[in-house]
Amino acid sequence: MITLEVVRTGPLALLEDLGRPGLAHVGVTRSGAADRRAHRLANRLVANPNDRATVEITLGGFAARVHGGDVDIAVTGADAGPAVDGMPFGTNSIHHVRDGEVISLGAPITGLRSYLAVRGGITVDPVLGSRSYDSMSAIGPRPLRPGDVLPVGEHTERYPELDQAPVAAIVDDLLELRVVPGPRDDWFTDPDALVRTDWVATDRSDRIGMRLAGQPLAYRRPDRQLPSEGATRGAIQVPPSGQPVILGPDHPVTGGYPVIGVLADADTDTVAQIRPGQMVRLRWTRPRIAAGNSAAWYS
Amino acid sequence: MVPNVIRDYGDRALLLECESSEQVLALADALRQHQLPGVLDIVPAARTVLLTLAGPHDQATTRQRLTRLPAEPADSGARESSEVLIEVIYDGPDLADVAAHTGLTVTEVIETHTATPWRVGFGGFAPGFAYLIGGDPRLAVPRRTDPRTAVPAGSVGLAGEFSGIYPRQSPGGWQLIGRTDAVLWDIDRPQPALLEPGMWVRFHAVAAR
Repeated sequence: MITLEVVRTGPLALLEDLGRPGLAHVGVTRSGAADRRAHRLANRLVANPNDRATVEITLGGFAARVHGGDVDIAVTGADAGPAVDGMPFGTNSIHHVRDGEVISLGAPITGLRSYLAVRGGITVDPVLGSRSYDSMSAIGPRPLRPGDVLPVGEHTERYPELDQAPVAAIVDDLLELRVVPGPRDDWFTDPDALVRTDWVATDRSDRIGMRLAGQPLAYRRPDRQLPSEGATRGAIQVPPSGQPVILGPDHPVTGGYPVIGVLADADTDTVAQIRPGQMVRLRWTRPRIAAGNSAAWYS
Repeated sequence: MVPNVIRDYGDRALLLECESSEQVLALADALRQHQLPGVLDIVPAARTVLLTLAGPHDQATTRQRLTRLPAEPADSGARESSEVLIEVIYDGPDLADVAAHTGLTVTEVIETHTATPWRVGFGGFAPGFAYLIGGDPRLAVPRRTDPRTAVPAGSVGLAGEFSGIYPRQSPGGWQLIGRTDAVLWDIDRPQPALLEPGMWVRFHAVAAR
């Protein structure tokens, strides 16, 4: 059997796939790769189905030795200078690695998370139908440690079609994200302040949520409490501090803070690459209606 | 069974608003039965049901399908196959405070908690945690002003209109009235959660061992 033996993990290395949908009603969030776009591309480069588990590496520093045969790999997302036995091979491309060689990542200059896919996928035992680690509830394969041995699965008959994929560079300065207004924009005295403010991503950010800092948003009625309601990744919750939190893949399934807007789903992958200190600007995807009911429909 | 208001929640979800927790349960029941295509998750909460969708194109079609959801018969809230019995040792650290706040005696608090069945309204705080609704309104108490950093697994509590059981040790601000040996969450069971939305629960007082 082919395996990867983890040599170094860097700050955080997790196994992730596309998560476990369908369990939110019993309190289990979807989880899955934070940057699904990079995860899917890594799988596609090695001709894996989208749902095979990859290694999500935060801020580089990961290394693993191949045992039991040769493998094909790809590394996507943040460019951490991937190399095999010290020879760089470049991100967003397929690379052949021989038995006994060591795959290693340095530190990315831009972006936060890199994805390592192996043709065949990492096939640890799934938990509730997924190989994703959910950092909020500690469900799924625990964070990787040096010495872990990761089994590589049988690959499909499909053969890799791309050697290299063109990918837009990860932005390291001001980033603009699209927000669908509501559902609770009418809970704020001036909801449009969300799109006028230059926000800074703080270091109090993880897979559960990214905290932004800037001119605080004010509740229209500070004494009023919202009954808990369901949430998704990309929802922008505003706690009483007025500093927004963009929910990540391991968000709580319900929350009691009003959601002023929700990121366009595709932009939640971009969020996964934002570094602390980076400037973020938000844009409504459509005009907000003053009543806050632009999206409402009455029976 | 049609929701009062349907709001876009980003481009991959819809938030359906209801008048009451009973309407939330009936709507969630209807949605589970009718299995609308493109719906990934049905997330009931206090006054809303969130539908997460497979893709952005599912928003408009799901809105249309929601307007055609058949009206449910009035018995959709009726007790189904089974009721889960939870045995509780009523010796929680906040029992006296709950009695003081409600104006009941400790014995009356226990009798009131066990006298009528509760219903699982929704989950969310942790895997396997269930917000139980429909209890005696006299038991409504505020959360503790000073939340505990570690509430033991199996603790039975009250907060607002809800009762609940901590599935595992966690921080928490509910008023604790007792404890149970029931396993609320076991990831190795085919159904890991003992309590799922819509189920009925009855508490039964037992003596400490």
